[in-house]
Amino acid sequence: MSHLAVSKTYKLFIGGAFPRSESGRTYQARDSHGNFMANAALASRKDLRDAVVAARKGYAAWSKATAYNRGQVIYRMAEMLQSRKAEFVELIMLSHGTSTKIATTEVDASIDRLVHYAGWTDKLAAILGSSNPVSSPYFSYSTPEPTGVVGVLAPADSPLLGLISVIAPVITGGNACVVVAAEEDPCVAITLAEVAGNSDVPPGVIDILTGKMAELAPHLAAHADVNALDLTGAGAQLREHLEQAAAETVKRVYVPRGIPDFAAAPGTARLRAFLEIKTVWHPTGALSLSGGTSY
Amino acid sequence: MEWEYAPAPESSAIADIKDRYLPFIDGTFKEGNGEDRDTINPGTGERLSTVSTVSAADIDRAVNAARRAYQSVWSQLPGAERGKYLFRIARGIAERSRELAVVETLDNGKPIKETRDFDVPAAAQHFFYHAGWADKLQHLGLGPAPQPLGVAGQVIPWNFPLLMAAWKIAPALAAGNTVVIKPAETTPLSILVLAEVIADADLPPGVVNILTGAGDVGSTLVNHPGIDKVAFTGSTAVGRRIQRELAGTGRKITLELGGKGANIVFDDAAQDQAVEGIINGIFFNQGQVCCAGSRLLVQESIADEFVERLKQRVETLRVGDPMDKNTDVGAINSKAQLGRITALMKAGIAEGAELWSSSCPLPKNGFYLSPSIFTNATPSMRVAREEIFGPVLTTMTFRTPDEAVTKANNSPYGLSAGVWTEKGSRAMGMAAALRSGVIWDNTFNRFDPTASFGGYKESGFGREGGPSGLAAYLDTDDEVVR
Repeated sequence: MSHLAVSKTYKLFIGGAFPRSESGRTYQARDSHGNFMANAALASRKDLRDAVVAARKGYAAWSKATAYNRGQVIYRMAEMLQSRKAEFVELIMLSHGTSTKIATTEVDASIDRLVHYAGWTDKLAAILGSSNPVSSPYFSYSTPEPTGVVGVLAPADSPLLGLISVIAPVITGGNACVVVAAEEDPCVAITLAEVAGNSDVPPGVIDILTGKMAELAPHLAAHADVNALDLTGAGAQLREHLEQAAAETVKRVYVPRGIPDFAAAPGTARLRAFLEIKTVWHPTGALSLSGGTSY
Repeated sequence: MEWEYAPAPESSAIADIKDRYLPFIDGTFKEGNGEDRDTINPGTGERLSTVSTVSAADIDRAVNAARRAYQSVWSQLPGAERGKYLFRIARGIAERSRELAVVETLDNGKPIKETRDFDVPAAAQHFFYHAGWADKLQHLGLGPAPQPLGVAGQVIPWNFPLLMAAWKIAPALAAGNTVVIKPAETTPLSILVLAEVIADADLPPGVVNILTGAGDVGSTLVNHPGIDKVAFTGSTAVGRRIQRELAGTGRKITLELGGKGANIVFDDAAQDQAVEGIINGIFFNQGQVCCAGSRLLVQESIADEFVERLKQRVETLRVGDPMDKNTDVGAINSKAQLGRITALMKAGIAEGAELWSSSCPLPKNGFYLSPSIFTNATPSMRVAREEIFGPVLTTMTFRTPDEAVTKANNSPYGLSAGVWTEKGSRAMGMAAALRSGVIWDNTFNRFDPTASFGGYKESGFGREGGPSGLAAYLDTDDEVVR
């Protein structure tokens, strides 16, 4: 007698836990043939607000972690993704009807993308910061710091690579993110949440909501405790409304200039979009340790 | 003992103020088609000069001139040549520095010692610094050949009229953009003198265009379809509106907005030094500074003694004629601004904060306010939350460093903060914990073109000065799109 498979219940990912939507709502994820794949949680505005609270807590821990530590945690995500490669290949093939080869290429590229960003954490300050030769007796330096909580609208066309390509640069800089997953791909997104949950990513640093982007995104854009938005997954018309809402709290907004080619090597625009430059001035005083001696 | 200072007025003749000033469009000073506006000397309250303002058609002409200059001249020039023009402008400002300082003080109301020692030299240095970048953009770490954006539309405030013009124009030109810029309606004169310097430097016509007028001109400019980049310095309310209006346009924006800077004094601070720094933080430029240290947070154990020392020192500040070289605190920029400040002060009194003001005599005419300190304030009061933009300090206390950080960060703004402590590790730790774009440790209100400046949170985004300031005027989006 064949074994009856245990099918997975796909829930939300908030504060490191996997709760159902507080609304009790679900929607059906369908495969590329339109067949039932799974029930996914249909996140509500309340879930989104809970996710922002969790992200703010996650941000407190993550932004204080050392760059080396953040790099190791992101590398750990790559390791976890590698170990579940077969599962992701199968999921992508099922949901998008792609060939094994294409799905495998996407998962491999996703693993490599995480490794790429794992190596960025401890270089940002050197590349984007500076020691400033001010014309007064001060030691002045400028250094990048995370913007805070970033709302991310994930792209629909690239279920895993696209999702990782929008999340990784945000957390690499020390931010936390509330991600609205692509509406059609809740299964890949929540399976990635399991990867994050097993990778020592502090609770709340990555929060993933599944559901209707048009319903959730306006609340994310208007939320006063969200510091920035990545509108990659929003359509052109939705984008304008979201940018207007974001202006009320002067959010930083990243809008790609076209449809990103996630297979291409990433630049630094996504990293820079969610970093602030802080300048610090520290007096050096009139004290001369050389005692005015000439050499 | 009485220590009276004899008056030491600078000569207003040095400014050679003309009876009428014209906008600068496409390389020439031309009558604008808008209504004339008088500009007032805040130090006396009297008319200083009249300025011809622009109409919508003039704005079109300026934007078209900037586009033409961008396409036919400025974007074609090698960086080294662009740099040479900027070096010329830097020299031109330095050569006319005394005149510019007097013009600025007469039009703005700030003390002559500030315009002479800070505003004007800093403006010249800003051009000099950015001049050197023009042929070195490939070294910014933004790719092998960073490209300019095109025509920049810029709107600047009245608190540092010449310096803000330099902060906006120099990086835009160094990066290869052309500029249409609008000064504030109460302070149009120094930038029109700068226009003479620019014309004398033989900058090609249309590379810099200066539009005079009020907020409606600025609004038309930033929304103009011929603009590729918007840079705005001013209030958070207007910044928000600009961001909202430009939603969906893909236009790159830099916003340098309001602030409510915390100045934090620990019990181990060098108190005399801290008193001087607190005073500089809130009374520099009559407190009309976006990054002013307008919230004083003093450790509870020293609060009474420290505030007493502070009041004694504030009592000795000389308030009055901005043209007098002994003046520490000059005139508020306009009658309207004076009204906004006093309205907020009344709100502070009504909410239960205790107001203390210096007993210094104030001139009869002109727009003046005694340096003032609120004590017994709580974080929920308007004077503790809202930007007053005047010589008014709001004082609160804290017990632990954690409480200081929490209180300092408890603001939608995040532009500046100050820390006063003799303990180096605490200073550095605080600098890391404070959510502000600029942290001054045992000092305040220091600026330099090599050091980037700009806000966190609702104090805006984008930077001015330093390498990141140039990035604001370059196409830095390196994401590959299909």
